[in-house]
Amino acid sequence: MSTVVAPIAGVSTSEPNFYARKGIASWLLTTDHKRIGILYLTSMMTFFLVGMTFGVFMRLEHLSMGPTIMKPTTYNALFTLHGVMMIFLFVIPGLSAVFGNFFLPIMIGAKDVAFPRLNLLSWYLFMTGATVSLSSLFTGSGPPDTGWSFYVPYSVRTGTNVTMAVFGVFLIGFSSIITGLNFITTMHRLRTKGMNWMRMPLFPWALYATAWVQVLATPILGITLLLVMLERLFHLGIFDPSIGGDPILYQHLFWTYSHPAVYIMILPAMGAISEIIPTFAHRTIFGYRAIVLSSMGIAAIGSLVWAHHMFTSGMSEFAIVVFSLLTFLVSIPSAIKVFNWVATLYKGSVELRSPMLFALAFVFLFSIGGLTGLFQGALAVNVHVHDTYFIVGHFHYVMFGGTGFAFFAALHYWYPKMFGRMYSERTAIVAFVHIFVGFNLLYFTFLILGLQGMPRRYYDHLPRFHTGHIWATIGSWIMVAGLLLMVANLVRGLFRKTTVPANPWGGVTLEWTVPSPPPTENFAVLPVITERAYTFNPAAKEPA
Amino acid sequence: MSVSAEPQTADPGSEHAGEHRDYVGAKLGMWIFVFTELILFGGLFVAYGMYRSMHAHDFHKASGELNLTLGVINTVVLLTSSLTMVLSIVAIRLQRKRQSMLFLACTMLLGAIFLVNKFFEWKAKFRHGVYPGSEHLMARPPGERLFFGLYFGMTGLHGLHVTVGVVVMSVMLALLARNRIHHSDFIKLENTGLYWHLVDIIWIFLLPLFYLAA
Amino acid sequence: MNPSMQQKAEAPHIVGYATFVKVWIALVVLTGLLVGLSVTHRPNLALLGLLIITPTKASLVLFYFMHLKYESATLKYMAAAAIAVLIIFIGLTFSDYLFR
Repeated sequence: MSTVVAPIAGVSTSEPNFYARKGIASWLLTTDHKRIGILYLTSMMTFFLVGMTFGVFMRLEHLSMGPTIMKPTTYNALFTLHGVMMIFLFVIPGLSAVFGNFFLPIMIGAKDVAFPRLNLLSWYLFMTGATVSLSSLFTGSGPPDTGWSFYVPYSVRTGTNVTMAVFGVFLIGFSSIITGLNFITTMHRLRTKGMNWMRMPLFPWALYATAWVQVLATPILGITLLLVMLERLFHLGIFDPSIGGDPILYQHLFWTYSHPAVYIMILPAMGAISEIIPTFAHRTIFGYRAIVLSSMGIAAIGSLVWAHHMFTSGMSEFAIVVFSLLTFLVSIPSAIKVFNWVATLYKGSVELRSPMLFALAFVFLFSIGGLTGLFQGALAVNVHVHDTYFIVGHFHYVMFGGTGFAFFAALHYWYPKMFGRMYSERTAIVAFVHIFVGFNLLYFTFLILGLQGMPRRYYDHLPRFHTGHIWATIGSWIMVAGLLLMVANLVRGLFRKTTVPANPWGGVTLEWTVPSPPPTENFAVLPVITERAYTFNPAAKEPA
Repeated sequence: MSVSAEPQTADPGSEHAGEHRDYVGAKLGMWIFVFTELILFGGLFVAYGMYRSMHAHDFHKASGELNLTLGVINTVVLLTSSLTMVLSIVAIRLQRKRQSMLFLACTMLLGAIFLVNKFFEWKAKFRHGVYPGSEHLMARPPGERLFFGLYFGMTGLHGLHVTVGVVVMSVMLALLARNRIHHSDFIKLENTGLYWHLVDIIWIFLLPLFYLAA
Repeated sequence: MNPSMQQKAEAPHIVGYATFVKVWIALVVLTGLLVGLSVTHRPNLALLGLLIITPTKASLVLFYFMHLKYESATLKYMAAAAIAVLIIFIGLTFSDYLFR
């Protein structure tokens, strides 16, 4: 393994890094993409921990039968807020807002994104949206209890504070659109000399595909939520069946965004994994072009499968068959990626550092998540498992086992670059083992409970599900212990007086050519690219 | 890419020295925003399409109650405002500042006329008891309720966009007056134009969907 | 490259007043035609007007007023993709409603 950094012409190590400017105002008014990335990271980790706490309380409620620590209405509010926070404040914006903001410009050899001020605006919209949807907990007539999907007609009729939560999500969606718009323009306009499309690393490629989904699908969510608000305020009647509206239309519009949103979550995660695996296998990525095409393929086909959430809602049989078929198609590009990652490992010199462990766990857990998804694409099985814990298990495997693990992998991978500090590798591995074991104990049990017939969103369960619930709750304790250890380790790492070289892992993408942490301007002189990405050949690293 | 060839002027005062001015990039960003607006209204067009296919007769009947003359007048007003908008951009590129400002002011005026017409149209409907959730409307068949729900929702959102457009144009007018927009830097005006034309396109579809469905 | 040079290099095309006035005349005439077809009380003709004249009007605004005709191929592809996405959304939703 070569950790020696090839000296890149023009990088002066004496330049102050981007943390140099001090004071709260320098952060709150920053237009530096790296600082905005850090702002997102801090806020999102906070939301993640709050959402996790809600989840822990739900598991505790299921530790024994009957109402124990909370009333059914509290449980309803908890799963709603757990979903809203985890989905809209953590997994959807997660990788693209944090690592995309921080690394996209550096990886394509740019000094910032195309619209730095819009970038700051998107963070403020995100925070405003988060504040508004969270304050729905404490204001008005009680916390929303509709579930994160805000299904009508209940969301229109319930007296709880749905309008506010929905408005918060609307603002967060707007923030997501601005980020997408910014990234697309950045990649079209600011790639450095010689960085043509087919030389661009895979994380930016994944962000490009994601950005298009963000831009073209999020407005549908915007208009849908706007209509729910209008429905509640003015009784417009578009969704309310008592006025003449069709609740299934709401589901169509909602999932037209919210299924592509799954790909907004998973595509940047796949991109990050495509960065980590070659670095720790010390080998060029297998099938670069196939991965690029599958990213775009997932973005395209993934936008056409939304109604597989609605097989039991009362759609026409014809539509059910069409959407079932399309659902199976989307597994092809996803599988291509998994094959390429595994093929990259083959005959590589694999180094099992903590980022790589998270990345390999991602491949394993995402495969389970993807395959259980295929079960549900099959019509007969779907009817059987619909609205059971099987669904809950499946989407936690995809969103947490997929995006969550990729987020942690990326965090451990890019941590030395972002902060110029290092966490304890030993502690990181201990934390990983706990998270991995706890995760599987928790969510694999969910899959089994679901097949046995345990319905989702119930605050209580029948005696025959009791053993499963106990195992799942124990799993949640192990996982939470691991997560807390991981966060503590990462925070503690910030205070350890270590200095980190520019390229601690031996990576070959552009972010490893700049100092850790990077200077404000990223590059003193913009690099010129002469090779395709992931060339692990020292001779090729000579600057042109 | 032309951007990398830009001189990176060091400016110690700002966080980002040498802020780039990328004409094509700015326009690309605006176009992407236009796409999102298109999809935003697209959601409403989906709703319209579904409900019309379910309640063809009710839609037909309810549409007859809308004031076709007013709808057509507003269409011509908006089409003309699109023309003056684009002429304002041509004028500034030909360095005719006063002409450009005049055309832009015309666009704003036409936008305002559109809103005033819309106001009277809505007011007449309200006076007849036709507004979302009204008793009068609730007594009518579901398809007609949906038609008027969509009518108020879609023209309302469109009217909001017209209002925003007029406000943005007033800012552009000030920028033109202070020479912040001129013949070699008119991207803000051009992007305003893109937005305004999108608002026009939406109306081009709203006219036949609501006023000509009878 | 300074900004003004860059603009001249990348946005060289100035379309004159006359073209836009002609487009505007076409738009007004098409509107008249559309309204005329719909008041003939022949549903087929009215539908034809809706399906052909309205997209034509929108395209005129898109290509001339919004300058798309003179833009790069990239932007044209993007616009085509965005419109295609919208049409596919509508089409797939109709796959439910038309067969219920």
